[in-house]
Amino acid sequence: MIEREYCYIVLGMGLVTFLPRLLPVYFLSGRTLPGWFIEWLDLIPAAVLSALLLPALVTTGTPRTFSLYSLEMIVAVPTFLVAVKTKSLGGTVITGMGLYWLLDIIFI
Amino acid sequence: MTGKDGFISDGLIASGPVCLGYIPIGIAFGVLAQKAGLSPLETGFMSLMVFAGSSQFIAVSMLSAGAGAVSIIATTFVVNLRHLLMSSSLSVFLGHSGRKKLFAFAYGITDESFAVNISKFKNGEWDINGAIVVNFSANIMWILSTVAGGYGGQFIKPHSFGMDYALIAMFICLLVFQLKGRIYIFTALLAGILAVLFSIFLPGNSYIIIASVFAAVTGVFIKKMGR
Repeated sequence: MIEREYCYIVLGMGLVTFLPRLLPVYFLSGRTLPGWFIEWLDLIPAAVLSALLLPALVTTGTPRTFSLYSLEMIVAVPTFLVAVKTKSLGGTVITGMGLYWLLDIIFI
Repeated sequence: MTGKDGFISDGLIASGPVCLGYIPIGIAFGVLAQKAGLSPLETGFMSLMVFAGSSQFIAVSMLSAGAGAVSIIATTFVVNLRHLLMSSSLSVFLGHSGRKKLFAFAYGITDESFAVNISKFKNGEWDINGAIVVNFSANIMWILSTVAGGYGGQFIKPHSFGMDYALIAMFICLLVFQLKGRIYIFTALLAGILAVLFSIFLPGNSYIIIASVFAAVTGVFIKKMGR
């Protein structure tokens, strides 16, 4: 059984999460957008992916503090090079996982 | 381009790294939810309705701290607002897709599915059908992993084979795919550095939106000046 108040909370969470996902694709797709806006949107993936990734690599804890030397960061360097060299998503993911697994066993 | 039915297998293959990466996080979430007193059914219900990892972690810790419904929902809204940016940048590639497909696709936009789909869209090898398959297979894997965590996740060892690193490695590679010129490298560097700074000084995850918007605006200005 799902408790009633919990149910309302989850439904509310679902709604406020769905709207920011839906509204842009709903109102922007299939429209002619101004040139500057398209150029801005074109840069968003590089910006968002980097903004998601870098703090995960070089910060830790809550509240976050800067820490450059983590296992995540050490493995990121060869993983990055493999991605640049091979342009292969599968190969990069397997390399990253393998190195992380190996170093995790060695150091802990 | 994908064939008539090819989009299903293409989508399943493309979602591989995401699905793999969701397993350890999903199990960890299920374990946390169980400790907070949620049944596996309640955990699965949240994963189905919300499908947004970090906000689910926050909601469960707020629940166990006795927070009220309004503050939990408001926090969820703020934490998940970043999807506005992802949805906007995906919209360019969706053309005149039908309403049902747009709803189905929008439901599954996460950081990870966005990363996979946007890189395929930008390569010109993708359409909304394949993207929907990516989103839903990631969603199913997320629901299953969180429920499995709820059923005695303490007995599962999700940290083997470096699975914890699958999503980081995926983001590294998909970011590299985006760096197709100096302006993209500049924008990514600026966004990354600002995100690190803001993540230390600002509460929550507002740093993602602020850093990305600022870096992309700066990128557009620099492009205009260079002409």
